[in-house]
Amino acid sequence: MSGFDYVISIGGAAGQGIATPGNILARLFARRGIHMYAYNAYQSIIRGGHSFLTVRCSDREVRTHGDDIDLMICLNQDTMDRHLEHLGPGSSVIFNSDTIEPGEATEGVQLCPMAVGELAGKGANKLMQNTVAIAVACQLIGIEFSALADVLEFQFSAKSEELVAANVEVGKAAYDYSAANFQPASQSAPQPSEPLAVWAGNQAFAMAAASAGVKFYCAYPMSPSTGILHWMAENARELGIMVRQVEDEISVICMTVGAAHAGCRSMCATSGGGFALMTEGVGEAGMMEVPIVIVNVQRAGPSTGVPTKTEQGDLWQVLGASQGDFPKLILAPSSPLDAFQTIPEVFNLADKYQLPAIILSDLLISDETSTINPELLNMHPVIDRGELITEAGEEVDNYERYKFTDSGISPRALPGIPGYEHVVASDEHMPNGVLISDEYTHPHKRRAMMEKRQRKMGGLLEDLPPPVIVGDSNAEVTLVGWGSTAGVIQEAIEQLATAGIVANHLHFKWIVPFHADEAVELLSSCKRTILIENNYSGLFHRYMRGETGFTVDGHIRKYDGEPFKPHHIVAAVQKQLEGEVTLSVPYEEIIV
Amino acid sequence: MSDTNTQLPLTAKDFKGKVNPDWCPGCGDFGVLNGLQRAVSELGLQPHQILTISGIGCSSNLPGFFKSYGMHTLHGRSLPHASGAKLANHEMTVIATGGDGDGYGIGGNHFTHTSRRNLNILYLVMDNQIYGLTTGQISPTSEVGMKTKSTPHGSVELPINPIANAITSGATWVARGYTGNIKQLVRLIKEGIEHKGFALLDVFSPCVTFNKVNTYQFFRPRVQPLEDIEHDSSDWKQGMEKAMVWGDVIHTGVFFKTNTRLTLEEQEPVLDEGGPLAYRELSLNSEQTERIVSRMM
Repeated sequence: MSGFDYVISIGGAAGQGIATPGNILARLFARRGIHMYAYNAYQSIIRGGHSFLTVRCSDREVRTHGDDIDLMICLNQDTMDRHLEHLGPGSSVIFNSDTIEPGEATEGVQLCPMAVGELAGKGANKLMQNTVAIAVACQLIGIEFSALADVLEFQFSAKSEELVAANVEVGKAAYDYSAANFQPASQSAPQPSEPLAVWAGNQAFAMAAASAGVKFYCAYPMSPSTGILHWMAENARELGIMVRQVEDEISVICMTVGAAHAGCRSMCATSGGGFALMTEGVGEAGMMEVPIVIVNVQRAGPSTGVPTKTEQGDLWQVLGASQGDFPKLILAPSSPLDAFQTIPEVFNLADKYQLPAIILSDLLISDETSTINPELLNMHPVIDRGELITEAGEEVDNYERYKFTDSGISPRALPGIPGYEHVVASDEHMPNGVLISDEYTHPHKRRAMMEKRQRKMGGLLEDLPPPVIVGDSNAEVTLVGWGSTAGVIQEAIEQLATAGIVANHLHFKWIVPFHADEAVELLSSCKRTILIENNYSGLFHRYMRGETGFTVDGHIRKYDGEPFKPHHIVAAVQKQLEGEVTLSVPYEEIIV
Repeated sequence: MSDTNTQLPLTAKDFKGKVNPDWCPGCGDFGVLNGLQRAVSELGLQPHQILTISGIGCSSNLPGFFKSYGMHTLHGRSLPHASGAKLANHEMTVIATGGDGDGYGIGGNHFTHTSRRNLNILYLVMDNQIYGLTTGQISPTSEVGMKTKSTPHGSVELPINPIANAITSGATWVARGYTGNIKQLVRLIKEGIEHKGFALLDVFSPCVTFNKVNTYQFFRPRVQPLEDIEHDSSDWKQGMEKAMVWGDVIHTGVFFKTNTRLTLEEQEPVLDEGGPLAYRELSLNSEQTERIVSRMM
């Protein structure tokens, strides 16, 4: 691949300020119009442990953290010891030579020792080594010092002017030292172009909900979903959103249903453990026909699992969430931008069909930091609340909240309007809302109401776009995925093409209801199919097979907590095409 | 929403629901329903201004028998539903109802946290000290020694004290009623609705089918209204002392009340102006969205 595509990894312990150099680099690249994608491998610890932040920058949009490391910044000895072996010829390693011993590097790896104490002088604080390292990194890839100085000013000015001056001074000394002593990196950064914005995945979910008119957001903190709560809380007053942190996820879902029934567009988010507590409320929203949107940011399970690691392990939890058989919408967006663009539509569909919508994210999407073209951030989407009665009309006689209609959709009156008083119940009910168990449990009435609710799924399916195959329709192999793996599958397909293998891509976002007929037709047209997912037992395959009766030829699965890298998929596809195996579980090289 | 001043005053009968109660004959809950219908009519409320939200259980069927907007939700979850609904439309009168098992057992966590949150909600608990709809097992307010189908040898667990719990959790109006004293009950419901803040009204509502201990005969000689004795309800210590009394004398009336704490709604700037959130414009304006994007650059 031509052009600029450079991977910088920063390793250190939690509490060593690893986020700061990450933020500085992100802002630096974004301001120059360089695309960036950052993945942080970390643990559930506030101080100590080992964090390894990988920042990939490129002159084109990138959706993975790449395969190789071009530059490593060691904030501690541990990073040097763990990861030096992962660096190949042409790469560089920056480290504080006052405290870190270099290891045995592969030939062609440039070691860049920096005597931070000497450079920073007496007043140096412990975090100065971060600035030193960033300055060297900038120098190596040919970014002029003034650009770094601007970002240092931005980063530290809120704290004090002295801190800005001290960091700029030590940064300049490090930059000059690097120019005099080290070889430039194998690639140099492109000239500045139109600036890009920076966002975190969870921010995309929150922004989308705000733009869709969410007025009530409720949560209990749970990694990796908490970023949505933080963004909502920070922006609540400015945007007029009621944001509450409450006692548990049961309260979260019930408050969300309460607020939605009263008329607010309402959303909540959690991870798998919190979602487990919410499930009774999911069915309640289905039964009462109250539109709510729930985000489940999956992390590695089961149970408390690995709180800071990614997995697509909750599919069957959301499929089976709550007792009974009721209409619901389930989808898994493929990226923060996809989530941002899809969520307003999800609110419209939830309103139109008066049902719970569950959005499956995962740590990979929600935790990433990346650049985004600000022109794509349309925060004025179409808002359509469907058949909603919001004011008193003509005299109403016997308003039926659950009126039988061909579409199954019954016009919904918001509480507060004279003449439309009614009770919504979690018990089965008649069109006027009265419980059927108050009048014998009438089987015909039960059947009619069941069918009314379920009729909504037909219309909903028609409103969802069918799946499509992206790429060469004559491809030798079709890579099938769902949710967050879209970016890495796409990049693997590019790498396969370079290796002479033509692959295309079938990706599923809309899961319930499922376009089974279209999926069968597409899958049957493929020469060979390999399904890629971040779990052990092929949870999506099991679902897809149930819906379509179609069994794929091979599987690539990963369940060690770390996301796929493009080369993992490429190597596995090659092996499977050679006919050696039908199940590949790639080995994770980076140990954190 | 319409201007309520133009509507005629209603009577208790106007708050009759679409169906008649299916409670057992003699159930205390009839008294609570009647008391509620009288109270709201005497307060001049209209059905569309009220949102009645219950959990699951015999007493939680009340919204179906009462004319207002209503939610008949999940077991133990009336309070979080009521809280969400109140925040979405803080102009409505929100009344949460349910039983002792629903509110103090499975919903115990919400009871504590809703008390400290101090939303302007009346929580009306029909306390019969037994699980009725599941055909007679101990509840969180059953007395030690009570024999039921799940405790054939007598309960050994201490009952919860909802009055003391509410006071220590931060509820700003805490009272107890008794369905054998409708006059007092109506007065208490009215006061609880009018109180600005979270109001707990625990009502002795005897289960005539499954609780053969805490019957009308049990309560009649014991209940003593606090208004008949010397009691300063603004003093939480006196409230706690009276709450701990259980024996030959059991107090009813207002144990504790305070107007010194703001409600959650009053402390939320988002609700300051613009009316109920549920009826506001959904789209963000360009100034708001431009500010969001500029902070990302």
